[in-house]
Amino acid sequence: MKYRQARWDEPLIFELASNQDRETFQLGDDYFARLGKETLTEVAQDIVRKEGPNIPNLSEPEVVRHYTRLTQMSYGIDVGVVPLGSCTMKYNPKICEDLANDDRITYAHPYMNEEHLQGLLEMLYTLQEWLAELTGMDVCSLHPPAGAAGELAGVLIIREYLQDKGYTHKDEILVPESAHGTNPASAAMAGFKVVHIPADERGNTDLNALKAAVSDRTAGIMLTNPSTLGLFEEKITEVSDLIHSKGGLLYYDGANLNGILGIARPGDMGFDIVHLNLHKTFAAPHGGGGPGAGAICVKKELADYLPKPLVRREGSMYYLDYNVRKSIGRITWFYGNIVPAIKSFIYLMMLGPEIREVAEVAVLNTNYFMKKIKELPGIDLIYGRERWRKHEVVISFENLHRETGVSAEDVAKALLDRGIHAPTIYFPLTVPEAHMVEFTESESKRTIDEVINAYKDIVRQAYEDPGKLKGAPRNTSVGRLDVLRANHPRTLAPTYKYVRKRNING
Amino acid sequence: MPHYWIPNSVKEVKQEMLKEIGVDDIEEFFKDIPEQLRLKKELRVGFGKPLLEHEVRRKFLEMLSKNKFTGFTDAHRVFLGGGVCVHYIPSVVKAIVSRAEFYTAYTPYQPEINQGILQAFFEYQSLMAELYGVDIVNASMYNVSTAAAEAVRMALRVKRGRKRILVASSAHPEIKEVIRTWVKGLNVRLEEIPYGREDGELDVSALRTKLSDDVAAVYVESPNFFGVIERKLRDIIEVTHDVGALAIVNANPLSLGVFKGPGELGADIVVGDAQPLGVGLNYGGPSAGILGIQDRRELLRQLPGRLVGMTKTVDGSENGFMLILQTREQHIRRERATSNITTNSGLEAIAAAVYVSLLGAKGLRRLGEALLGRTTYFLETLRKRDVEAVPLFEKGLYFREVTISFKGRDARDVISQLEKHGIHVGPPLSKFYDVMHDCSLLCLTELHSKDDIDELVSKLALVLGGEAG
Repeated sequence: MKYRQARWDEPLIFELASNQDRETFQLGDDYFARLGKETLTEVAQDIVRKEGPNIPNLSEPEVVRHYTRLTQMSYGIDVGVVPLGSCTMKYNPKICEDLANDDRITYAHPYMNEEHLQGLLEMLYTLQEWLAELTGMDVCSLHPPAGAAGELAGVLIIREYLQDKGYTHKDEILVPESAHGTNPASAAMAGFKVVHIPADERGNTDLNALKAAVSDRTAGIMLTNPSTLGLFEEKITEVSDLIHSKGGLLYYDGANLNGILGIARPGDMGFDIVHLNLHKTFAAPHGGGGPGAGAICVKKELADYLPKPLVRREGSMYYLDYNVRKSIGRITWFYGNIVPAIKSFIYLMMLGPEIREVAEVAVLNTNYFMKKIKELPGIDLIYGRERWRKHEVVISFENLHRETGVSAEDVAKALLDRGIHAPTIYFPLTVPEAHMVEFTESESKRTIDEVINAYKDIVRQAYEDPGKLKGAPRNTSVGRLDVLRANHPRTLAPTYKYVRKRNING
Repeated sequence: MPHYWIPNSVKEVKQEMLKEIGVDDIEEFFKDIPEQLRLKKELRVGFGKPLLEHEVRRKFLEMLSKNKFTGFTDAHRVFLGGGVCVHYIPSVVKAIVSRAEFYTAYTPYQPEINQGILQAFFEYQSLMAELYGVDIVNASMYNVSTAAAEAVRMALRVKRGRKRILVASSAHPEIKEVIRTWVKGLNVRLEEIPYGREDGELDVSALRTKLSDDVAAVYVESPNFFGVIERKLRDIIEVTHDVGALAIVNANPLSLGVFKGPGELGADIVVGDAQPLGVGLNYGGPSAGILGIQDRRELLRQLPGRLVGMTKTVDGSENGFMLILQTREQHIRRERATSNITTNSGLEAIAAAVYVSLLGAKGLRRLGEALLGRTTYFLETLRKRDVEAVPLFEKGLYFREVTISFKGRDARDVISQLEKHGIHVGPPLSKFYDVMHDCSLLCLTELHSKDDIDELVSKLALVLGGEAG
């Protein structure tokens, strides 16, 4: 596919400033501004701003044009395919945006008497119920503002629960080597020691290694199932029995739920705690990095440990319950990120009980892609070569790299040149020269064929003229960027202050 | 079932794809899931069946109309405070964050195809750095409560071995709770520093006696939970530095149009919440947490979250932007990462950048003055009309929020009386403390006109006694 991204030479907002200040957007009225100014004269001048801040004074059309040009040099799921593995970049239905941006939600104050917000609370309560049903858990809370925050809540629940049982010696959390980096990071944040478990050839958690690692000190295991390799953990029941037999708990990372949605449930597999990324499986948009929303779901025995407050119902009244007996406390102030949650509520309203279709088509898409791509030279699957994938597949360009010098990164940049966002690269770390590809249910066969053809074309080029691929990308707003310069202490520039300093110093 | 969000859900397409794979049935892909784990029943999700878009719209609006709160048309009667308040969201901000190139993007891991959003993040970082008087601001945390918790964790890493954290007692009670939760497992002690009974400001001499070389950081807010500006911020920071501890200051960005950025006064780490910057209340979330630091190596190495930097193309011909210093982050450093944060609040950060760009230094100063003018006016009017309500801290300098004492009357009762008149005030301090039952917070923003404030005072007079006006 031919692709030409917009290439505005758009200055920084600071550089749009001119000597003649514009009249800027006003929210301060004369009467109160004058009063405020008087008050300021009575304040110790030490803390009063004398000048600045150094923020340009621009007119409204100038600001709008600036940011609109920046949007033209950005790429989201509405522009084209974003097959980032484990990120579940599915279509974000417009109806969800449209309805969730209602100003009865946007302007709703978190300390307003619940009586005035019954409709909103009913939606949140209903979503909690639906998520419990989808995961096979007993109680769900929408409190965590993102997946990683849900993980922190989860490992803290493990910690407090075990402490209450008197198991203070349990200080180890087991994590498969292919897990998302958030798992070991979250476990460490809660003060646990992390023990890594390798995968076997079929891509399952290596049971022998697991048996050897499990001990009295095991507090629990963090698993995503299907794994980041897109493979279902075939011996999940054995894993569950083993961990439980040592008094440990099972934590489910919901990042990859899309592959089994409506087909199998973590609660039935023996998991005690589940977090969900509503911005992945449940179609809330990613916003260029956030906001997301995490939900955390637990089995009955752990319900008293959930972060507070919870949305509950008494008769026909919905309210926030702060009396969570052994609550781990607050992961965030107020009640979590409710706007993405409302979008997920709308998404589930639309699909209803037929949600299984999502997983079936997502998995069909993955396997269709895998079947075609593994025929290409230079590409390998490493783990579980003969197995079907679920939501995603990881391919390795190790052979291509060895034979042509073209790396996974070069291939990624060449995809950009064809108008295709690259998949997740170099992850999981256990697969060399990896591309982790996830299409979700949102991509058509036609688009997947385009991606396959792009890979074909790139691999062919790698064997014919590898040097040319090193020059990619050419059709994006800028060419390949200098990573070393970006990270070197002498050239590091994380804000405009640095840009100015360097310009002055030449 | 075919669905119009799912292109390949059409039977013929499925069959064609299955044929090319060489499989008869989609079920084949799920055979590695143990039989007893495969769901046989239909799940109770949604309202019995899939709904069409117009049906969903109707159902949704029916549910939402159960809210008595009517949205913007009610906002000027909402004087609720407690860290977040009603603020206007300019149409420009809504227009930009509604651009799908931004809101449907992922984290810009492929910089060449996402220069626009990277530049927007860079501008957010830069604009916040100017406002807060620091050198570096990251690409956002979830909100100020988690930014504060991450700042404390960061300080504990920078000052390894120090096991005490001093927190202003006047800090937001929920932020204190968040910090407490996030340091579980670190074996540290959180201690509170009292505030002055007359001015509501941190008691510097009490701070001095608590400080010693085992303190990693001091956390203070300005304006604090009571709405009071810390006028001795420079002293607080100085005594903190005297024992080698770090000063973490949480400031409201709207106050920084008129007050100096905490970084300028010497704070090592600054935090704030982008909520008033065109983000909206959203019933408490999402928002964006501002987290900034001074240009010091030990701080930068421990900074959590994403950071965008300016660089050049490999051939040196053009400037560009990309995520930098990623070796601090969880996907590379794993259990040794500075934090587990991945998803942040990118879109809200962009909203904040657009808001600040739109108002400019001029607009921010004027808004800051006008907010200060409102608390001045409100307190004066209360006094003039002899209303039985006074600021809890007689000598405090209030910004945006005011703590009012109803002189012995139960605040919950006063609040529910006002609600009957359609006016929302609160939260009562008894929500957070066992004392101060007669006190409540109250917030005044640009959405409250002089008439609205007069009306508030009249209703207070009616409920409490005083000239109804």
